[in-house]
This record gives sequence, structure tokens and C-alpha cells, in this order.
Amino acid sequence: MHTGEYVSRAVRIAGGAVIALGLLGSTLAGADDIPRTAEGRPDLSGNYDVATLTPLERPRMFGENRFLTRAEADRIAAEERDRMAAAQQDTDPDREAPPVGGDGSPGAAGNVGGYNAFWIDRGDDTIAIGDQFPTSIIVDPPNGRLPEMTPAARERRMARRAMFRENTGEAWWLEEGLAVGPYDDPELRPLGERCLLGFGSTSGPPMLPVLYNNVKRIVQTPDHVMILTEMVHDARIVRIGGEHAPPDVRRWMGDSVGRWEGDTLVVDTTNFRDQTGLSGGTEHLHVVERFRRLDADTLLYSFTVEDPTVWDAPWSGEYPWPATDGSVYEYACHEANYALGNIMRGARLLEADVTGAGAE
Amino acid sequence: MRQGIIAGMALALLVCVPGTALAEDGDAYVAARGPGGVHPDLNGIWQALNEANHDIELHMARASVQLRDGPHGPVPSLETYKLGAVVSVPPGMGVVEGGKIPYKPEALAKKLENQADWINLDPEVKCYLPGVPRANYMPQPFQIFQGENTLFFAYQYAGAVRDIFTEDPGPAPIDTWMGQSVASWDGDTLVIEVTGLNDQTWFDRAGNHHSSQMKVTERYTPTGPDHLHYEATIEDAETFTRPWKISMPLYRRKEANMALMDFRCVEFVEELMYGEWRRNPLPR
Repeated sequence: MHTGEYVSRAVRIAGGAVIALGLLGSTLAGADDIPRTAEGRPDLSGNYDVATLTPLERPRMFGENRFLTRAEADRIAAEERDRMAAAQQDTDPDREAPPVGGDGSPGAAGNVGGYNAFWIDRGDDTIAIGDQFPTSIIVDPPNGRLPEMTPAARERRMARRAMFRENTGEAWWLEEGLAVGPYDDPELRPLGERCLLGFGSTSGPPMLPVLYNNVKRIVQTPDHVMILTEMVHDARIVRIGGEHAPPDVRRWMGDSVGRWEGDTLVVDTTNFRDQTGLSGGTEHLHVVERFRRLDADTLLYSFTVEDPTVWDAPWSGEYPWPATDGSVYEYACHEANYALGNIMRGARLLEADVTGAGAE
Repeated sequence: MRQGIIAGMALALLVCVPGTALAEDGDAYVAARGPGGVHPDLNGIWQALNEANHDIELHMARASVQLRDGPHGPVPSLETYKLGAVVSVPPGMGVVEGGKIPYKPEALAKKLENQADWINLDPEVKCYLPGVPRANYMPQPFQIFQGENTLFFAYQYAGAVRDIFTEDPGPAPIDTWMGQSVASWDGDTLVIEVTGLNDQTWFDRAGNHHSSQMKVTERYTPTGPDHLHYEATIEDAETFTRPWKISMPLYRRKEANMALMDFRCVEFVEELMYGEWRRNPLPR
């Protein structure tokens, strides 16, 4: 989306917000300007592109500013446009091979100048809600940043981070005498690497924007709302009404029960496993999400997260889900997951360098 | 507008009451209307109850899903004998109309090779996406979501999904495991044309296979409040001498607390697929 469309989207959302505000306090009245099902519920079905340049947490440079100015929002969009245009330049066909040891290119370029950026889709602009441009998805705490972690959760996170290092070509975990190395077993690898869930809480809950594959699909029936996340073809099935599953039922995306509060779909999710799509979450995670139709083209997605074993306080966020003409494509992750086996194999080869054992 | 909605709801009630009151299976059955009040309501959790995932053709019981020659006839293979009767094959009259799949000779030879090396070749062993039509008769439930103009199938097995187009988007941009599904209605029958399938999926554990040229035309017809008649016509000139058809009933799962649960078998096959690369491999 380019600047012109960006502005028109902002204007569209602004209009929707005014109408939505008008509905507050009379939510049962029902507006005529949003699509509704035969039962009179707001019809949430459709495809949505949730990509946004606005981060989950407010960058420190914005301090206490809850909102960007329009000029700042435009500048962020323009910078991303320039960055992507540069990244998508054709590769010089006469380029020399990268030198032994790599060419220093960072991240996904893999130190060999590999990978262009056609697959990256972080969106074209920042969040716009009404005529406001929030500096973060998180709205509570008011500083736009995650609450303090509990000491135990902080310790777990530091231990996890200590295991993620740039590949130096050495089995450092052996040299440091670790009892358990990061590549010992597939169960120790991140859920995304194992094709069990997409990374970055894309499937959630809460469902957050990620680097690519940000299209969601909602199909709504009188009894259920199904929300498909493209990455790892994760379909969340929200049943309307009823109780949560018994505590022994544990699911990767939790057990979701929905209810209508006026024109807002409220989804309560518990029964998570000990690892969750949301970084740091545990089996104690509890997420409440709200889906509200702002207009025919936009949902407002809000959520509150609590897990007292991880964060000192609940935290909340919101961002709009604009409709898209784009489709959800099949994301067959496991079927071609050569990476997981190769990561482990590579680690065994590095270990053999240290131990002197012959690796196959 | 609201009056219109209320009138629509009243009409839907009028239509659905006789449907449920005369809930008898058979040609005369008129299903309750679904969201929108026009088409029958296919919402619910469904499951096949047959031996098709073992072998869609008519077959006698077999000692094992994979066999080898024994001194007095076939015996379970080296890879499967320890599982004894658990991986033996229950008999079935088959779901293929006419009993046999009309393979071309070279395709029949490939089917026999597949069957003889089942444990290495059946995509189900590695928890790969099942494809269509196999997804519908895996021994696990699936859920149909039908909105006013939307359709979606979610399968418990491997968390497979089919996002069903209700308007034809044109040719599939790329071949995929679950294909591109485009729905239309023929009276009270939901018709789904599935194209863009890759050649990696099988029909069953008996090695029955197809090419990426396969087109599957599915028909779902309610025959009672808790039954769908399911048919799939298979066209694949690269593999078969003519189009052929499978058919079976699908049954509604009636348990009061029925819900799809997690069967993310991806994690169950990590030992099979990556176990040899553990730092301390378990005995293999």
C-alpha cells in the first residue's frame, strides 16, 4: 500500500471509529452499516492482513508518547518502502562469490549475501485507529511496554537467550561443559523450527503480526468462529458459549470459548501447554481477546494477557485488522522441514571437531 | 433492514422445522437450512466409519500393513511384525465403485512397490498432510464450518485444513498437499472441485496413489440429520485408464462434549525423522 492508499485507509478507519464510538452504550441497537449474520450478530468473516510496522512494545525513543504524529507515521512508512525497494534490487549476475568465511551480510542473508526480501511482508504502514497513530500495540501498561517479569520467568528467559548464539563454527556448548546443549534434541528447539506453531505468536493467542505470512481468515457460524493463521495452517476453533474443557485438556493454542457482549466477540482462552506461541508463556497463560467490527473493511482486535508466573501484571494491546483481497495459502511446514534435521546434524559435526570422533 | 433480517429468520425457521420433524434418511429427506437459509446446514463434526484408510479397494483381512514372503505364504514384514495384530489390516468391501481402481499397468506396478515398502513411503507414517480425498476418511473427525457464503474444513489429523473458495479464483497458483477447493451447490448437494494437488499424497495405507494431474470432484449430500452421503470422482489420465468414483456415508459425531482436539503428529514423528541426530541417540 502506498501513501495515497495509506491515507485513504486511515480516513476509512477514522470514519469507522466515529461510528463505533456512537454505538457505545447502545450496543444491542445494532448498526446498519456493518455486515451482519442472519442472527443479527456482526459478521466477522473475511480475510485480514494484520501486518503492521508498529511494534508490540513502544520503542524507547518515543518515551511517554502514546501516539505518532501523522508526519512520523508517514516517515516510518516511507523508510520501510525505501528499505524494501533497496532490498529487492536484482542481484548483480556478475557478482563474485562471497569470500571464505562469509561476506558479513547479516540475518537471513546468512553471511553469504543470500536471500533477497521478496518474502518479507511486515506491512506498509503503522497502525491507524481513527486519526491516531499508536506508537505500540501494547496500550496497557501506559508506557507501551511489557510489565516486569517475575524473577523465575526472567531467569528462564536469560537461560533460553544464553543458548541462542551466532554460529561461530564451534561446539561452544561442549567447550563450556554444558550438561545439555541447545542442539541435543529436537524437543529443545523452538516451536517454529519444529513446525509445531508459527513463530512470534502469529497463531497466538494473542495473535501478533510477524515478519511475513500475516493473512488471517475468519469463518463464522452461529455456534463457532474459526480463525485460520496462514503460518503452519493453524486453525483456532472458538465455540460460542459453554465451559472450558477440563483442566487435563491441554492444547497448543489453548481452549477458546467465545461469547457476544453486544456487538463484540469476546474470546476467553485457557488450557495451554507448558510452551505457548507467545514467548515466555506457560500453562498458566490466560488470554481474553475482543473482536469488534469498526466498519465493513476493518476489525479492531484487542487482547489482555495474564500469566502471574511470568508477568507481575496483566497487559493489553490492540491493533486493527484491515480486510484484504489476498488469500491464505497452504503453509506445509513439516513436509519440507529439512532444516531441523540439518541443524542437529550440523551440531554433531561441530561436536566431532572437538571430540575428534568421526561423524558420518 | 432489521425487519428484513427478522423475516429471513422466520422463513429459515419455517423451512427447518419440517426438515427436522421428518428426520428420516432417504431420498425424500429435506435437510434443515444452514446460515443464510438457502443451502442445507452441513455444520458439525463428521467422521467416516469404514476401512478405507487401510485400503480403499475391496480387500480381505491381511496379516500386516506391510508383508514379506514367508515359507507358507505372506507374513508380516521385518519392519512391522513386532506390532502383531495391531497393524494387521481389517477386511473391507471397499469404497471404490466396481471394487478396483482402473490403474494403467505402470501405475499398478508403482502401487505394488508402494505397498511393499509402506513404512518408508506412506506419507501418513511421517505425519504429512493427507490430501483429498484421504483426509475425509482418516480415522479421526473433521469439522465443517459453513457461514452464509463461506466454507472451511478443519481436520483433527495433523491439523490439516481446507479453505474452500465459494467463488472460483481461477487455476491454482501452485500444487499443494490439500489442493485448491472450489465449492458450488447442485440443489442440496455441496459440490467441491479440488485441483492443484501435488503427487505426494496417497489414497490409503495400501499404496494407492495418483499424479499431480488429479482432479477430485466431491459431492456431499445430506441424507438425514446425522448423515452425509459422500462421493468423490477421481480424474487423472496420467495414472488411470478412466475416471472412477468412491462413495461412503459420513456420520455426525454425536457426543455432547465432542470437539476437535490436538493431533499434531509432527511432534510424534520427531524420534522417527530426527532421532538419529540426537546428541545421545536412543537405541534404534
